[in-house]
Amino acid sequence: MIEARDLVVGFGDQIVLDHLSIELRRGEILGVVGASGSGKSVLLRTLIGLVPQRQGTIAFTGLGRDGAATPNESAIARRRGILFQQGALFSSLTVRQNIQFPMRENLSLSDRLLEELATAKLEMVGLNARDGDKLPSEISGGMTKRAALARALALDPDVVFLDEPTSGLDPISAEDFDVLIRTLQQTLGLTVFMVTHDLDSLHTVCDRIAVLADGKVVADGPMTAMLASEHPWVKSYFRGKRSRAFATAPN
Amino acid sequence: MTPDPLLSSSLVADRLRLSPAGAWTAAHAHALEQLIDAAAPQAAHAKAISIDMAGVEELDTLGAWLLERLLRSSNLSAPNAQFIGLPSHYRGLIDEIHQVNLHKPPPPAKPNRLLAAVDGVGRATTQLGTDAVAFLDMCGQIGVAVARIFMHPRRFRLTSAVYHLFRVGWQAVPIMVLITFLIGAIIAQQGIFHFRKFGADTYVVDMVGILVLREIGVLIVSIMSAGRSGSAYTAELGSMKMREEIDALRTMGFDPVEILILPRVVALVCALPILAFLGSMAALYGGGLVAWLYGGMSPATFIARLREAISVTHFEVGMIKAPFMALAIGIVACSEGLKVKGSAESLGLQTTTSVVKSIFLVIVLDGVFAIFFASIGM
Repeated sequence: MIEARDLVVGFGDQIVLDHLSIELRRGEILGVVGASGSGKSVLLRTLIGLVPQRQGTIAFTGLGRDGAATPNESAIARRRGILFQQGALFSSLTVRQNIQFPMRENLSLSDRLLEELATAKLEMVGLNARDGDKLPSEISGGMTKRAALARALALDPDVVFLDEPTSGLDPISAEDFDVLIRTLQQTLGLTVFMVTHDLDSLHTVCDRIAVLADGKVVADGPMTAMLASEHPWVKSYFRGKRSRAFATAPN
Repeated sequence: MTPDPLLSSSLVADRLRLSPAGAWTAAHAHALEQLIDAAAPQAAHAKAISIDMAGVEELDTLGAWLLERLLRSSNLSAPNAQFIGLPSHYRGLIDEIHQVNLHKPPPPAKPNRLLAAVDGVGRATTQLGTDAVAFLDMCGQIGVAVARIFMHPRRFRLTSAVYHLFRVGWQAVPIMVLITFLIGAIIAQQGIFHFRKFGADTYVVDMVGILVLREIGVLIVSIMSAGRSGSAYTAELGSMKMREEIDALRTMGFDPVEILILPRVVALVCALPILAFLGSMAALYGGGLVAWLYGGMSPATFIARLREAISVTHFEVGMIKAPFMALAIGIVACSEGLKVKGSAESLGLQTTTSVVKSIFLVIVLDGVFAIFFASIGM
């Protein structure tokens, strides 16, 4: 679905991504991990076009259900949803208006349908209709993430990019959110690109994991492959103290 | 291109069978709504409805919801109203959609126009009171902070105050001098133009001198400072408030008024008289230049005339006002900054309010001073 080849991204003298290649396949949940500062967020921002690459190509194939050969930038933008780390809800609009914003701008819908769809999206991410009338500053962190996810899903995208979706949530909310992502991925047939640090998320929702280090993908595969990897960083990440529970659990 | 959506229906013995086909996705939202609206009257009278999904090539939340809505509008329940021939990959979506929008959100209360107007007036009136209290509160807090500084002079943030003095004082000099120079020149030009008609050219010097030293110099500089420095104070403190920096200071046991606000206000109180002085000089210079180039009055005459026309009292009147104006601007700017709430909109609103309020206060203060100085004969 998305294939990035030979990406080089840097700021000034600093090279963040060094000839990196990564592929996102249709219908999977790809988890990207790496040490802080290894360029996970930069990779995400490059893929969605917020950071220009110095070299390399990013090919979107089959995006847009008609599978046009070379979809243009705005067509791609409509077929992807992005959940930013802090939610990035527009602070001057209510939650409901935030969800309606992409629909209102891109589709010609009647007011009644707009209201109903916004409520539908709110309920799909586990909020209730009344939360929709609150301002982003009036809701909790977990609700912000859910509202932002609802906005990311407003246009029924094919692919969703999630930047640390469970960071800043308590373990129970984080687990709920993982389940939510899994459920929505299955019901809506989403492809998910997820940057995360949360071992539980990686374990429960990701089909495939890619590990970034030194500006490259050093390991790529399902959880079992990660546990078997001999790369020193991968080893300490997946078999460290905090992840011992998974390493010992029957997989 | 994806196939356009279609909806064919057949009605047999009050049993409605709908067969949607093509792409039921958001891209065709407008056409879909029309199809559904067209089918709605039939659905309302049918005894049973089945929707045959076999022909649907693409389905998303919007398409699924429209079909679900049609089913619900018939007020029939499961065995009589259902989806048939549903491909397994759409099963999850249809089930999910079946769970949403079950409870109608309460319709927004319709406001009574008259009541809303009265309500607005009432709120604005009480707001005046709260604003006055907030202003007094900030005065009090600054007073307490100043008293504390007098007890322990070492607690004063000198570095911060000097930095702000540099920003609101030194960096403001060029624009303030330019503006007051132009204002002085314009006043002189207008004076010469009109006074010449009855041969009173020389009184232009009196007018420019007195007006600039008593009123215009300090007033223009104060208004400019409110727009330039007051708004910056509000925006800075407001974004610190948004990012919880002020709460962080408080929890560490520091007083934000002492650390953030006092240095800013002190800097403004020091800067404004200096700027007012420079501004007045620039305005006199501009007036003199115009009198020379436009009115044909030699600089020597202008200065000699100026010496007769003005006394040091006029200069004092202007200078005495400056620090009070600065205090008003600083206090308004800082108290508005602390009122900022979470959103970007509120930051903009408070910054605007800060500038409008401080300019208003500056002009009111100027009027009060005018009465005061007149009554003590200055």
